[in-house]
Amino acid sequence: MPLIWTFATILGLGVLGFVLGKSRALRSGGGDIRKLHSLPAYYGTNVAMAAVLPALFLVIVWLVVQPIYVESRIVASIPAEAIAEDSSPTLLMSDVRRIAGGLDLAVAQGVMGADEARSISVEGSDIRALLGGIGVALGSDVQPAILAAAQDYRTLSASLSLWMTIAVIGTAIAGLAFALFKTNNTLRARNSVETVLLALLMLASTIAILTTLGIVLSMLFETRNFFQQYDWKDFYFGLNWDPSFSGRGGQSKLGILPLLWGTLYISLISLIVAVPIGLYAAIYLSEYATARVRALAKPLIEVLAGIPTIVYGLFALITVGPLLRDYFAAPLGLGNSSSSVMTAGVVMGVMLIPFVSSLSDDIINAVPQSLRDGSMGLGATRSETVRQVVIPAALPGIVGAVLLAASRAIGETMIVVLGAGASARLGVNPFEAMTTVTVKIVSQLTGDTDFSSPETLVAFALGLTLFVITLGLNILALFVVRRYREQYE
Amino acid sequence: MSDTNHGHEPARIRPKTSLLILDERTRKRNQSEARFRFYGLLAVSAGLLALIVLVTSILNSGLSSFRQTFVTLEVSLPADKLDKKGNRDPADLRKVSTFGYAPLIAAAVAEAMVRHGIEIDGLSDKEAGAIVSKEAPAQLRDHVLANPQVLDSSQTFTFLTNGRIDGYYKGRVSAVSAGRDKNVSVAQLVLADALLAAGVLENRFNWSFFTNPDASDQRPEAAGLGVAIIGSAYMMVIVLALALPIGVAASIYLEEFAANNRLTDLIEVNIANLAAVPSIVFGILGLAIFINFAGLPQSAPIVGGLVLTLMTLPTIIIATRAALKAVPPSIRQAALGVGASKMQSVFHHVLPLAAPGILTGTIIGLARALGETAPFLLIGMVAFVREYPAAPPDGFFDPASALPVQVFNWTQRSDPAFVERASGAIIVLLVFLVLMNALAVFLRSRFERRW
Repeated sequence: MPLIWTFATILGLGVLGFVLGKSRALRSGGGDIRKLHSLPAYYGTNVAMAAVLPALFLVIVWLVVQPIYVESRIVASIPAEAIAEDSSPTLLMSDVRRIAGGLDLAVAQGVMGADEARSISVEGSDIRALLGGIGVALGSDVQPAILAAAQDYRTLSASLSLWMTIAVIGTAIAGLAFALFKTNNTLRARNSVETVLLALLMLASTIAILTTLGIVLSMLFETRNFFQQYDWKDFYFGLNWDPSFSGRGGQSKLGILPLLWGTLYISLISLIVAVPIGLYAAIYLSEYATARVRALAKPLIEVLAGIPTIVYGLFALITVGPLLRDYFAAPLGLGNSSSSVMTAGVVMGVMLIPFVSSLSDDIINAVPQSLRDGSMGLGATRSETVRQVVIPAALPGIVGAVLLAASRAIGETMIVVLGAGASARLGVNPFEAMTTVTVKIVSQLTGDTDFSSPETLVAFALGLTLFVITLGLNILALFVVRRYREQYE
Repeated sequence: MSDTNHGHEPARIRPKTSLLILDERTRKRNQSEARFRFYGLLAVSAGLLALIVLVTSILNSGLSSFRQTFVTLEVSLPADKLDKKGNRDPADLRKVSTFGYAPLIAAAVAEAMVRHGIEIDGLSDKEAGAIVSKEAPAQLRDHVLANPQVLDSSQTFTFLTNGRIDGYYKGRVSAVSAGRDKNVSVAQLVLADALLAAGVLENRFNWSFFTNPDASDQRPEAAGLGVAIIGSAYMMVIVLALALPIGVAASIYLEEFAANNRLTDLIEVNIANLAAVPSIVFGILGLAIFINFAGLPQSAPIVGGLVLTLMTLPTIIIATRAALKAVPPSIRQAALGVGASKMQSVFHHVLPLAAPGILTGTIIGLARALGETAPFLLIGMVAFVREYPAAPPDGFFDPASALPVQVFNWTQRSDPAFVERASGAIIVLLVFLVLMNALAVFLRSRFERRW
């Protein structure tokens, strides 16, 4: 039975439970709502929850555990000599899954009967050609042991799926019956429904923790795999980035420093663009502009923040890049590449303007008016007030805003993918193409990826490094703001 | 001597400066003031200028993609070539590949030239036929397979022209550049002009840009956004269905029920951090957890939707908490006072009153999710997808593209016609974003309550 029908059945049982529970509660109260502890709907909900929630929980657990269990059984059943020298159980398992999926597809498309799929053997037919015909491409001819494993895999999965359906629907019915049996007019249905509801709310809020955990664990795990194959000192202190895609040998040079240099260089340029413009814009809008100018200009600048980064990337690619090349780089003899550190930096700076300006604007507005009045009362001009009173008072917040902008610049991907180029080099010429950590994460993880080679796994180490850097900057920003914030009454 | 008194009058001490006469220092201070103010104005203008340049550059290079050059031809469909056995059996008809149809189109162009009295030196029939898109034979074949009765008759078809011919009318290709380009000849451009004068060629709005799937490198004129729009729509449905309930539930817990303890602090810190995690890291998460661990298919909207859900959750949670906080405590107290439980007071009173704020925040979160690109590159959405995904829920697991990824995809192609397509796709994306944000602003102004 397809999963969707299992879900539909569970939900159907839930609805049934609601109706039954409600009517049973009413009957036990003699049809008089006043004799019930809770409103009738709560009795219904109580039964429905008892039917649906444990069953759903079981489905989810089962779906997670089943593949792991099946895999371990199959791996154990494959004879050791079937595992070639250059292969591993993991690789073999992916072959098994592929063939099993191909057989499933063949049965679904009617190329093969269900019995035939179970009994087909390597001697009788060309499995590779057969599966190739329905769009499942296999890398090599099928070994008998693998085919047998794939067939076992299918049978085991199918029987376990059947058991899951039975177990799940059984759980739903049992839950329904149990809750219905307990339903009578003295049951404190509202309390139990609300307790369950509260638990669900709490569960929802822990998703944030789970996500962080997922991010950290997934990257830690693969990074550990990477460092088993590649020395961490070469990664963090290597001056060369030169992955070789041909072989699996150790010729690849995977040093992070050129990437980090490109990342920091581009971020620096973007901050040089964004911080003065953003800060001055914020000062002008909050200290000088009339209400009408402010009401018009502030939202327009913030539109820049709502524009997707791919748009900035395209802007860098088709407008800014050629412009900088034709009017600056080429006449100055600094290069003739339209993708360059400058291109990416300038465009990213534009993207960060609203980020700096709206954060600074909030902070400047939070400086109490009395400070300004005091300064102006002593005869200072507006600009002197801003420079000597407002900015020093707002400084921790502004530094925080700049740090957040830096963290965003370091993690930005699309602008650098389209604007900065892909060649990793340690140079100082801003009109040369350089590359960043994010660009290399993308290029190492797109296309054909082999999750056992260091060339692919390096992306996880890069990702973890990036995550740590941005997290560090965010925490630092928070710390600066908290530590040095002026408290005004 | 009346004047003598004057001599005794105490000499008035004239101050060296006056408030009315500016001294050097004041002038300097005032200048610096004016300068400062000017810098501020300059910064604001720079920001606005950047916005204007950005939008005009995209519009400039993208608006032309909504128009396309079409050619209307009378094509004869001889049965002896397309159905050699003459039995109209669909299986036999299928055996004739698109190569069998290409000469028919070349013949149709030649026939149109004769009919309108166009003669061009040095233009072979094959070259003349090449002004029609390479997509045309497939279009013709599909039509014949669907309607075998049209065999042995002449039918009028409207085809796309080749991307170079289309580019000629959009200023991308000129007689000079055609001389250097092996994909188009000057004679073809002359033919196109003659056909345009004869009314065979026309330049009109191109609906198929919104409905066609992606097309290969050779035929930029046929590339469209159909699959990408469906993929993006599927993902938005998934995000809405998951992120809204989860986000609202989490916010209710944190805002109304959470005790002040370690767990709550941990959750708060995590939400704040997730909002600042680079989007590419979410892509890595999607790849490692949803594809490699959970075994979900690559390029599928379900994976993209799940990743976007996790990315959108912090936005929705922050907006929802603000909306819940804005509901005055008196509402809760009144509900509790008439005997509602805490849960009832929240679900029956606070939540409905906070709904407009929650909705606004959700729409803004969705708009941000719609434009997100980087994580998709890692979960295989850059793949070349020509088949439309099926209807949900099965379609959630089919390969699809997404609007921003389609843009990225087109920027990686060599033919310059794809740059125009990419900019056009950006315009479509921006229109969606503007609509969503306008809806959010409208909801806010229409339903938001000030207490």
